[in-house]
Amino acid sequence: MAIILTRDAKIVVQGITGNQGRFHTRQMLAYGAQVVGGVSPGKAGEQVEGVPVFDTVAEAVQATGADASIVFVPAPFAKDAAFEAMENGIRLLVMIPEHIPVQDSMDIVARAEDRGVTVIGPNTFGIISPGERTKMGIMPNHIYQPGPIGVVARSGTLSYEIAFSLTNGGFGQTTVVGMGGDPVVGQTFISVLHHFKQDPETKAVVMVGEIGGSAEEEAAEYLKSFGKPVVAYLAGRAAPPGKRMGHAGAIIERGRGTLESKEKALSAAGASVVTMPWQVVDALREALGSQNA
Amino acid sequence: MKQYEYLAKAVLRDHGIPTPPGQLVRSPDEAAQAVQAIGPAALKAQVLVGGRGKAGGIRFAETPDEARAVAQAMLGMNLKGYTVETLYAEAKLQIEREFYISVTTDRNRKTPLVMASLKGGMEIEEVADEDIVRQWVDPRIGVMPYFGRELAARLGLHGGIAREFADLVVKLYQIYRERDAELVEINPLAVVDGHLVAADARLNLDDSALFRHPEVERIDEGSALEQKVHQIGLAYVELDGDIAIMANGAGMAMATVDAIQYFGGKPANFLDAGGGASVEPTAQALDVLVSMNPKVIFINIFGGITRCDDVAKAILQVKASRGIPVPLVVRLVGTNEKEGVRLLEEAGISAYSDMAPAAERAVMLAGEGRP
Repeated sequence: MAIILTRDAKIVVQGITGNQGRFHTRQMLAYGAQVVGGVSPGKAGEQVEGVPVFDTVAEAVQATGADASIVFVPAPFAKDAAFEAMENGIRLLVMIPEHIPVQDSMDIVARAEDRGVTVIGPNTFGIISPGERTKMGIMPNHIYQPGPIGVVARSGTLSYEIAFSLTNGGFGQTTVVGMGGDPVVGQTFISVLHHFKQDPETKAVVMVGEIGGSAEEEAAEYLKSFGKPVVAYLAGRAAPPGKRMGHAGAIIERGRGTLESKEKALSAAGASVVTMPWQVVDALREALGSQNA
Repeated sequence: MKQYEYLAKAVLRDHGIPTPPGQLVRSPDEAAQAVQAIGPAALKAQVLVGGRGKAGGIRFAETPDEARAVAQAMLGMNLKGYTVETLYAEAKLQIEREFYISVTTDRNRKTPLVMASLKGGMEIEEVADEDIVRQWVDPRIGVMPYFGRELAARLGLHGGIAREFADLVVKLYQIYRERDAELVEINPLAVVDGHLVAADARLNLDDSALFRHPEVERIDEGSALEQKVHQIGLAYVELDGDIAIMANGAGMAMATVDAIQYFGGKPANFLDAGGGASVEPTAQALDVLVSMNPKVIFINIFGGITRCDDVAKAILQVKASRGIPVPLVVRLVGTNEKEGVRLLEEAGISAYSDMAPAAERAVMLAGEGRP
């Protein structure tokens, strides 16, 4: 099993004729994802990697029965693309672009709530369910394998590092979810953890967090009733206050968003908190071992 | 992007929020002229740090001569690491009470949040929680006058001041929304002669939305080096150590800085070369690291979208063009790893495949770390 994204998702790619759209359509198809259509205004009738291109999401949905969309359009046009998807029956929306205005993200998230749409991102690497051989995202295909571990992360490459160490350590993954590095994103640690809680295949969860905001602190409260082992690794220990560490959301502002506060809350809630990414596998082994004992 | 107080005040005025009369001054003579025009004034250093008052960044002048002397002392002074280049001369207020009001984004609820308090004048973090009234905004609806009236009532305001307050909340939200602000804050929101006046203001704009606001002047508050790297289009933060660091992706870059510190080293910077950077930007980024003249350079790449052979080519390009005169530690795994490692080995550079030993080695080469 997997969470949020399963084998049967029929995917359209918005912005399929751009460089990123093309490249990742190829990668998604190679992984086994059902990419059924692409959208690129003015490019109807073309094909990308054998996938038919439509002018509008409405036409793509009508022709293909698509229910999921991954958005690659440039940030200034992302809100328009997201609303087009949501108003045309898309139920799962993955927003890859970075630098989408926060006001736009708030509008997208509010509309998604009204329409019952699940939004992953923005500024995310996407979502991958290795056991289902499907993905919507820009992550490298070869570092994942099917297994019992759920992963939820804010950051892309850091999650690759950790997913790869899990794979090499013999821990495959049910689903790996990238929440995104922006201040306002569709998911919270809690919403994703809730999916993992209900998924019988997921035996333990790895959280990859970072400085900024208080998503980890909020998640800690939820972890108290989570019932599965959780290993947490957070980045930004050495980050100075007031500086944005690459992600728009990764900033310690006016005393809030520090690593100490997050680690303390997660530890107190029973998570196994590690200091360095290479310590995740051992901590996971220990957490699962002590559970079985 | 933070805005100077005088810019924030101009935005408030544009939206009809009362502010004291003021003038931007760049010299002692201009300060004297300003006080001549507006009377006794506060001279406020225009720097992008909080707590100016306590640090000596706000002083008063009753007469033009006094203003000239005060400006003489303030211009060029160092205020919390920033050089004061301009002052904002603003009419001195007879303040009766000080309130607080702000609109910001609640990241967890994913909606705008209005915070208000009758205890203004100090940083809101220092105000007791029970003295702060919070009201969340549904972005589908925005802030209508009733929202402001409710907030005023919850604060215990009555009569004319309550009406002014409710009106101000509506305008403040307009600024937040129309200007793509991350934060718009009036603190203190002063009561003068029974009316509300914005005595100080903060306005932080959303960097990602600047494309919608071509009229806004771009302010990079970073150091000279930070500004240089930002112009290449990369995220860069200067730190105070001497091990230069490059990684791909913001999270990885943070983790790499953490790892150097974990082994007892002193990181010189945070540099995100991008999740999928090609040869040229990677080479430019490395070029900057070399120019910093660090003790060691540590490159930590997990090639997902980034290709290891591209990173290797970038390293070799910099080595050939300007040379890399300091020890270089490279950790390189992922996409096209074999080709990347081969290219480096041909040039006599060996690459690590694991992050921990690579970080430890970089620290050791810098002569740092745990005894």
